[in-house]
Amino acid sequence: MVTTLVAAAVTRPGVAPVRVGAVVNRNMGALRSGASYWLVLISGFFEPVFYLLSIGIGVGALVGDITLIDGQVLPYATFVAPAMLATSAMNGAMAETTFNFFFKFKYAKTYDAVLATPVRPVEIALGELVWAMMRGSVYTAVFLGVMVVMKLTTIGWALAAFPATILVGFAFGAVGMIFTTMMRGWQDFDLMATAQFALFLFSATFAPIQNYPVVFQWIIQLTPLYHAVEMVRDITTGHPDWGTAVHALYLVVMMAVGLYFTGRRLERMLLK
Amino acid sequence: MAHPMLATLERELTLYRRLWQASVFSSFLLPLLFVLSIGVGVGSYVNANGGLGGVDYLSYIAPGVVITTAFQIGIGESTYPVLGGFKWTRSYQAMRSAPVEPQHMVGGHLLYLMFRGVIATIAFLIIVGAFGAMHSWWAPMTIVIAAIVTVAVAGPVTAFAASIENDNYFALLFRFGVIPATLFSGVFFPVDQLPALVRPLAYASPLWHGVVLSREATLGWPTPWPIWIHVGYLIVWTAIGVALAVWRFRKRLED
Repeated sequence: MVTTLVAAAVTRPGVAPVRVGAVVNRNMGALRSGASYWLVLISGFFEPVFYLLSIGIGVGALVGDITLIDGQVLPYATFVAPAMLATSAMNGAMAETTFNFFFKFKYAKTYDAVLATPVRPVEIALGELVWAMMRGSVYTAVFLGVMVVMKLTTIGWALAAFPATILVGFAFGAVGMIFTTMMRGWQDFDLMATAQFALFLFSATFAPIQNYPVVFQWIIQLTPLYHAVEMVRDITTGHPDWGTAVHALYLVVMMAVGLYFTGRRLERMLLK
Repeated sequence: MAHPMLATLERELTLYRRLWQASVFSSFLLPLLFVLSIGVGVGSYVNANGGLGGVDYLSYIAPGVVITTAFQIGIGESTYPVLGGFKWTRSYQAMRSAPVEPQHMVGGHLLYLMFRGVIATIAFLIIVGAFGAMHSWWAPMTIVIAAIVTVAVAGPVTAFAASIENDNYFALLFRFGVIPATLFSGVFFPVDQLPALVRPLAYASPLWHGVVLSREATLGWPTPWPIWIHVGYLIVWTAIGVALAVWRFRKRLED
């Protein structure tokens, strides 16, 4: 499907979906390792919901309505919810493709074993990415359900937003893998977590960016989470337009670049 | 020779002198970014609605965020570092072979965290003070409150970290303890807004008691209950936490 198409476009020929699937399957098998892993997996869903209830509803009662630059007036919770959704898609994908990927790469030596089979480095990258997306899309699907129940979007727009969140996950997951191949040790993850949190705070998440100084607005418009948030918000609030397509294009390019460089770096690191 | 508790404190400080750069992000930069994003960004909307209780929104959340930072240092530094001291670096086993007793290890660890909480608090107060968020001469008392909150939460978490084998439990502690506590303890909006059903959870959270005390210090807002109840509650947490931690350390170092 999408993965295979992208893979065919950005990598050398010879990526076999069967071998990509085998990498995904290995992760499914690892789920049987114990209850605490399951609990951690499930608990990932609660974080954005807590933020939505606290900032969206709690602080929202103090904020009132938000007027967007195009004149739309939204209740604050309706404004914040899609941002939590996009951030959750980013965090879910990055947790899998950075932290867990690094552990398997450096400590568990999982891929050294995998490479003793016909699976190639690019297929490992794709397999891990697909797995990250499977995990992430469960979170986003449930969160979209919460939004529908809380009347922050409609069922129709929630269904339309779902593939958009998958694109967000793919884009961040692919770039996350490049970072992982460049990590020197665990302390670099602190830097990455800080960067992720800074994106979370300023990407039109809690307040529209038009209140910031102009230079600051330009910088934000270069960063990826901003495009993810705006794209998802356009859809869940029912106002997609050409701008939405530009945001989506940004993320597609990001995903393609991420996959291309991850594949190349893995070839070099694992096959030497 | 120095008292064994001071010796463990010295060890922690020596390590910190080498590793302090990483904490600049989590202890100083992140709270500052938080204040800018929520306090200034979201605050402009809250202020347009007349602010909160007569002050601007930044002044409202600043005392909450500073105590939250101390709260998170107290918890965060008592998770992986403590479990690691038993499991990965085995530094506690090493200390045990010197004349250092479990109570000295716990004491030195908590003194060190108190130091970390105090440093972060001072830096934070200076920064938000520059934004005009300090409205009372009692504001420096926030440093004392932050120190108490740090050890009040560090004690029980240290005991927990000394009791487990699998660090997956920390992810659960953060997701079901630290993050909800941060979001619902009256840091960003008054606890009165919470549904009556969950309000007792906020009252049970040591963070809430620290936040209302700190608001009394920086804004001169009277605490909802008498001050001694809030302080007393935090001291009870500290006492129980220390007792539990010493007990768990002793247990784990026995075999």
